Amino acid sequence: MAQPAKNQTVFAPWLDDSQKPLIEFSNVTKRFGDFTAIDHLNLSIYEKEFFALLGPSGCGKTTLMRMLAGFETPSDGTIRLGGEDIAAVPPNKRPVNMMFQSYALFPHLSVWDNIAFGLRRSTMPKDQIGARVEEMLRLTRLEKFARRKPHQISGGQRQRVALARSLAKAPKLLLLDEPLGALDKKLRTETQFELMDIQEKTGTTFVIVTHDQEEAMTVASRVAVMDHGQLIQVATPADIYEYPNSVYVADFIGDVNLIEGTVTAVNEGTCEVSYAEGAAPIKAATPESGVLGTKVAFAIRPEKIVVGTEPDPTRANAVKGKIEDIGYLGNISTYHVRLDSGQLISAQMTNSRRLARRDFTWEDEVWLSWTDTAGLVLTR
Amino acid sequence: MNLRRFSLIGVPYLWLVLFFLAPFLIVLKISLSDYAVSIPPYTPTLDVFGGWASISDFFSKLDFDTFKFLTTDDLYWKAYLSSLQIAVVATLITLSVGFPIAYGMARAPEEWRATLMMLVILPFWTSFLIRVYSWMGILGKEGFLNGALLWLGIIDDPLTILNTNVAVYIGIVYTYLPFMILPIYATLDKLDVSLLEAAEDLGCTRTSAFWLVTAPMSRPGIIAGCFLVFIPALGEFVIPSLLGGSGTLMIGKVLWEEFSSNRDWPVASAVAIILLLILIIPIILFQKNQERQAEADQ
Repeated sequence: MAQPAKNQTVFAPWLDDSQKPLIEFSNVTKRFGDFTAIDHLNLSIYEKEFFALLGPSGCGKTTLMRMLAGFETPSDGTIRLGGEDIAAVPPNKRPVNMMFQSYALFPHLSVWDNIAFGLRRSTMPKDQIGARVEEMLRLTRLEKFARRKPHQISGGQRQRVALARSLAKAPKLLLLDEPLGALDKKLRTETQFELMDIQEKTGTTFVIVTHDQEEAMTVASRVAVMDHGQLIQVATPADIYEYPNSVYVADFIGDVNLIEGTVTAVNEGTCEVSYAEGAAPIKAATPESGVLGTKVAFAIRPEKIVVGTEPDPTRANAVKGKIEDIGYLGNISTYHVRLDSGQLISAQMTNSRRLARRDFTWEDEVWLSWTDTAGLVLTR
Repeated sequence: MNLRRFSLIGVPYLWLVLFFLAPFLIVLKISLSDYAVSIPPYTPTLDVFGGWASISDFFSKLDFDTFKFLTTDDLYWKAYLSSLQIAVVATLITLSVGFPIAYGMARAPEEWRATLMMLVILPFWTSFLIRVYSWMGILGKEGFLNGALLWLGIIDDPLTILNTNVAVYIGIVYTYLPFMILPIYATLDKLDVSLLEAAEDLGCTRTSAFWLVTAPMSRPGIIAGCFLVFIPALGEFVIPSLLGGSGTLMIGKVLWEEFSSNRDWPVASAVAIILLLILIIPIILFQKNQERQAEADQ
C-alpha cells in the first residue's frame, strides 16, 4: 500500500515571518483610576485564527476584548487592525462584531429581526438582507424559530441567535465573550465543536474570552494565558499543556504535580533536581534545565507517571510511596501517593484491566516511575 | 370545600362592593332622579319599608331626563372636550419633562439612585393642597416668579400666569410628574446596558441606539406613566379651581359647582357617571398594558 504524501500544511501563521498580523497590540496599557487592567501588553493575532484569552476573573481578558470592540480605549500604546490604528474608530464603525456573554438579544424583536438588525444599519440593499438572514439562520439551524421572540426559545437557541447576529455582517473579527458560559455541560461540549465548525466555514477570525481552560484548549488554535493584565504565555493548546513556561501556567492548565527542589547537576541537555534529603535526585532531560544551585520547580502531569508494584527499569526515575487515596473515574483512576520524603503526588493510570484484577489498593506500597523527558523544570 | 379560597377572594370583593359598587349605584340612582327643593334635594326617594308597591313606584319614577338635559346645554360637552384637551396636552408635557428625568436617574451612578428616587417622592410628604396653594404664591402678579423676572430685567410688566390655562398646565405637570417618572424609571432601570452596546456594535450611533432600543423597551413604562397622569388629570378639580381662571373649563370644576353652588345633585351625578364612562376606556387599555408587560417579564 502506498503511503499518502505528507504535504499537508499546518495552520501556524504566527511562525511565518511573511504573514502580517490582523490585530497588533503594541505596548498597550489600560488603567481605570489606580487600577491597571492591562499592563504594557504586546500581542499579534493572525487572520483565520481561533484565539482564546484565558485567565481567572479580573485578569484583564475582558478589558482586552472590549478594547478590540471599541468600548474601551487604551490609556497607552496602539492597537492596529489590518495595519490601521483603531483607537479613534467608534464601535459602530469597526469591522468587528461581538457576541455578548448575556447574548444581549433585543427582547422586543424577533429572531429574524435580531439577526437583520446589523444589516439594516449597513449599506446593504434591502433585497440582499433577507437572503443573508436566511443564510445565517441555516448556518445556525434556526430556520424554524425565525418568527419567535428571544424569550420564547431555549438558552442554546438564544446562544445561536447571538452568534448568527454577530456573524451576519461578516466581520473581519468576531469577539466572543464567554459564549458558552450560560449553557450546561453537555450542550457546551456540543456547541464547542459547532463553533469550530462555523469558524472554519466562514473563515472569520475569532477571539474568545473564557475562564474555562478545557473550552479554550478544545476550540482555539492558540491560547493566551493572562494574569494581572499581562500575557504569561501564548502558544498552541498542546504547547501550553506540554511545555508551560511557568508554574502559573502549568498549574492553571490541567492537573500537575509541582515538586520544589534545587538543581544539583547540569549536563548537556539533562539535569538533576534534588527535592528531599536522602531521596535520589530527579533526572530530567528538558528544554529548560536551570542553573546549578538555583531553586526550581519540577512539574509533571499525573498521566505521565506509571504506578507499579516494582520500579519500571525502562524509566529513568522511580520513587517509592504509599497510596493514600484512589479516585476511580471509570476509564481512569487517580492515585494519591505519599512519598517517603513527604510529598503527595497524584498519578493517573488508564483502567485497562478490570478493577478486581488491580494489583494494589489503599495503604499499599507502590513505585512511581517516569522517564527523564516526562516532566519539566520550571524556573519561574 | 373551597371555603378558605372563597373567603380569601371574598375580602377584596366585599371591599369593592361596599366602597365602590354601592356608592356607584347610589350615584347612578341620583342621576336618574329629578331635582327637587327638599332634603335630600331630589325625588323620588326609595322607601324599602313601604312594600312592593312603593318600590315599583320608585323605579317607575326614575328617568333619563338629566342626561337629556346634559345634551341641551353646550356647557357640558364643551367642558368634557376641554378637560380631554387639557389632560392630553398636560400628559404629553409631563412625558417630555419626566422621561429625561427618569433617563438621567437610571443612568446615574448606583449610589445616587436611592437619593434621586427619594427626591422624586419627597413632595408627597407635603399636602397636595398646600403645594397647589404655594403655586398661587409663585405664579401670582406679585408672586415669586414675576418678582424674579422683573428683578432680572427680563420683563417690564408682570406676566399674567395665575388664573389662566398655563397655570393649570403647570399645576398638573408639577403634581403628576412623579407618576410619570416612576414607571418609566422602573423600565429604564431594568434595561441591560449590554443591549445598547450590542446596538452600537451592530452599527448604531448613540442616537439611533436610543430610538431603536431604549425607546421601544421603555414603552410599557411610558404607557403606564401616561395613563397614571391622564386618568386623574381628566377629572381634576382642585388645580383648575385654584390655579385656573374663569375661562378654564374642566369637567371636575363643573361637577363641583353643580353639587355645591347649584345643589342640583341629579345633574352632578349624571356628569359624574359620564366622566366615569369616558375614563373606563383608558383604564381598560391601561390594564391591558400592565398584563402584557407582566407576560413579557415572565
